[in-house]
Amino acid sequence: MSIKKFAVATYDDEAVLFPAVKKVRGAGYKIHDVFTPFAVHGLDEALGEKESDLHIAGFIYGLTGTATALGFMGWIFTTDWPQNFGGKPLFPLPAFIPIVFELTVLFSAVGMVLTFCYLNQIMPGVKKHIFNPRQTDDKFVMVIEVNDDTANDTMSFLKGTGAESTELQIAESEWWYGRFDKKEDYELQQQIA
Amino acid sequence: MHLKYESIIREPLVDGDKSYHQITEDICAPIESKPTRLWYIGFLISASLLGFGAFSVGWEVYWGTGVWNLNKTIGWGWDITNFVWWVGIGHAGTLISAILLLFRQGWRTGVNRAAEAMTIFAVMCAGQFPIWHMGRVWDAFFVLPYGNTRGPLWPNFISPLLWDVFAISTYFTVSLLFWYSGLIPDFATLRDRAKTNFRKMAYGVASFGWAGSAKHWQRHEMLSLVLAGLSTPLVLSVHTIVSFDFATSIVPGWHTTIFPPYFVAGAVFSGFAMVQTLLIITRKVLNLQDYITIGHLEAMNKVIVLTGSIVGVAYLTELFIAYYSGVLWEQEAFRLRVLGPYWWAYWAMMTCNVVSPQLFWFKKLRRNVWFTFFMSIIVNIGMWFERFVIIMALHRDYLPSSWSYYTPSWTEVGFYLGSFGLFFTCFFLFAKYFPVIAIAEIKFILKTSGENYKNKMVPIEEKSTEHFIEEQSHHH
Repeated sequence: MSIKKFAVATYDDEAVLFPAVKKVRGAGYKIHDVFTPFAVHGLDEALGEKESDLHIAGFIYGLTGTATALGFMGWIFTTDWPQNFGGKPLFPLPAFIPIVFELTVLFSAVGMVLTFCYLNQIMPGVKKHIFNPRQTDDKFVMVIEVNDDTANDTMSFLKGTGAESTELQIAESEWWYGRFDKKEDYELQQQIA
Repeated sequence: MHLKYESIIREPLVDGDKSYHQITEDICAPIESKPTRLWYIGFLISASLLGFGAFSVGWEVYWGTGVWNLNKTIGWGWDITNFVWWVGIGHAGTLISAILLLFRQGWRTGVNRAAEAMTIFAVMCAGQFPIWHMGRVWDAFFVLPYGNTRGPLWPNFISPLLWDVFAISTYFTVSLLFWYSGLIPDFATLRDRAKTNFRKMAYGVASFGWAGSAKHWQRHEMLSLVLAGLSTPLVLSVHTIVSFDFATSIVPGWHTTIFPPYFVAGAVFSGFAMVQTLLIITRKVLNLQDYITIGHLEAMNKVIVLTGSIVGVAYLTELFIAYYSGVLWEQEAFRLRVLGPYWWAYWAMMTCNVVSPQLFWFKKLRRNVWFTFFMSIIVNIGMWFERFVIIMALHRDYLPSSWSYYTPSWTEVGFYLGSFGLFFTCFFLFAKYFPVIAIAEIKFILKTSGENYKNKMVPIEEKSTEHFIEEQSHHH
């Protein structure tokens, strides 16, 4: 838990957001995060994010599934309870393929979704600060962490990037367990201030 | 910023003058308003059907599978017919969401959410039939490989019936994950718009706390892509394995290598028909004609005419191969299909699946909503008869004394009606509480395929190429 101060700039189109991101990064500001209502292609590159390695995790989970299915069925049919079906081999690989394939897909899909949730730190019951309730609707929100010294300078810079509106917000930067129908303490204080 | 440019010759996928906000408003409107009377009536009918189905199943569990009219030759009857029919229907959703994603078909975004929901509900219905067919349903867990005190004795991993267990449960799980991972951002949209505390709380939990960070979207895209890559062979494998239930047997009429591709094509065929049935009603009732356009319906009708023709070729191939095999039993099995006691089922199948979809070669009919709706029902009737015909192939076996004619008992019909109840109860709840169209994905295609954005391209397309190049080079 760490409550910080953020300069928040809201843009109304991704066509405005892209030059703004370029300008802000060019000026040496460190962008805390950008929130968009849908996947904007190229934004990750513009922000200098590396490509996701999620697919590698998926491949490894898939291999685990393959090995589990082959190992388990092979062990049962050759060691634990060998049975002779009409003189056929004890390890009938072609007949194993359907289950091996299904478990490969199952392990890969389940593992990847869990990894996705873990990396993004999302889960039922998790709450995060929403800088602008329209960021999941039609607004594009850029957030820069500031302190008392840099706040004014950052705000005036953001105003010149084509933002529809800019504001300072005090917010929790990480996730926490909470409910979206309840206001947090710092949010209430913010309202009084 | 849009590198992808789409010609105005292509039909827009989003009609009307839409902005990002308008999309949110349109799709969230039915969720945020009170359900109409039509919804209550539909829901009530579905719930009562479900109730009757539960009663029929309860009756069967209490008295045993003897209350079904199964006999010496027909061991599967309506029950497995319905199982295969529902699994088949459950194929369109993943096909739309996975295969069309890999093929970069923009029109999938309008229909994928509802089609995936339909898939999940159809697989839920399908799963009921083999489970209750077990008779001693309290022992159903015997199909799972768990450590037991009988050895341990394991299930037979080389039986197609066990492959079914793995295939269907994997398919259900993966479809659910794919569907839900797409729903998370849309639930976040609903959460941030919610007015009541209960909605904020419920959609807050459902949205997993999604905020829409750029990095998270990047991972989301990657997840969708890989899940699509996994689901594509998965969806083909599931009905292939279902067809193995028949094809690996040595029953005349079942023991054919054509079954896997023919079942998969049939599954896609019936699945798209069911998507049409549901979406034609949904788009009208929820006022979503701008997002599920006539163009969407036409695209699906094209898939229907293609897969319908594949199925038709398969039927004719079966007949030819039966004749060409020179095997008396095989020939007799197919003669009985066409001209035997169940001739009416065979010809119902032929008319509904092979003859009538050919009308979709006419563009006028492909783009006619009423005709499409009518055809979607016809196709589903035809595909039900296909499975019925295959399962009824057993009514005359090698021993004439056990020849029989099977008709279902009221419990079997009740069970089938109950599966409709389950399906539509789920779909009504989905249509009320879930975004029926993938909000975030529609926004993503708006600027390339939206009508208002396409209109802006008209003056550009009217320019000559030289003029355009000159203008662009001066611009930079």
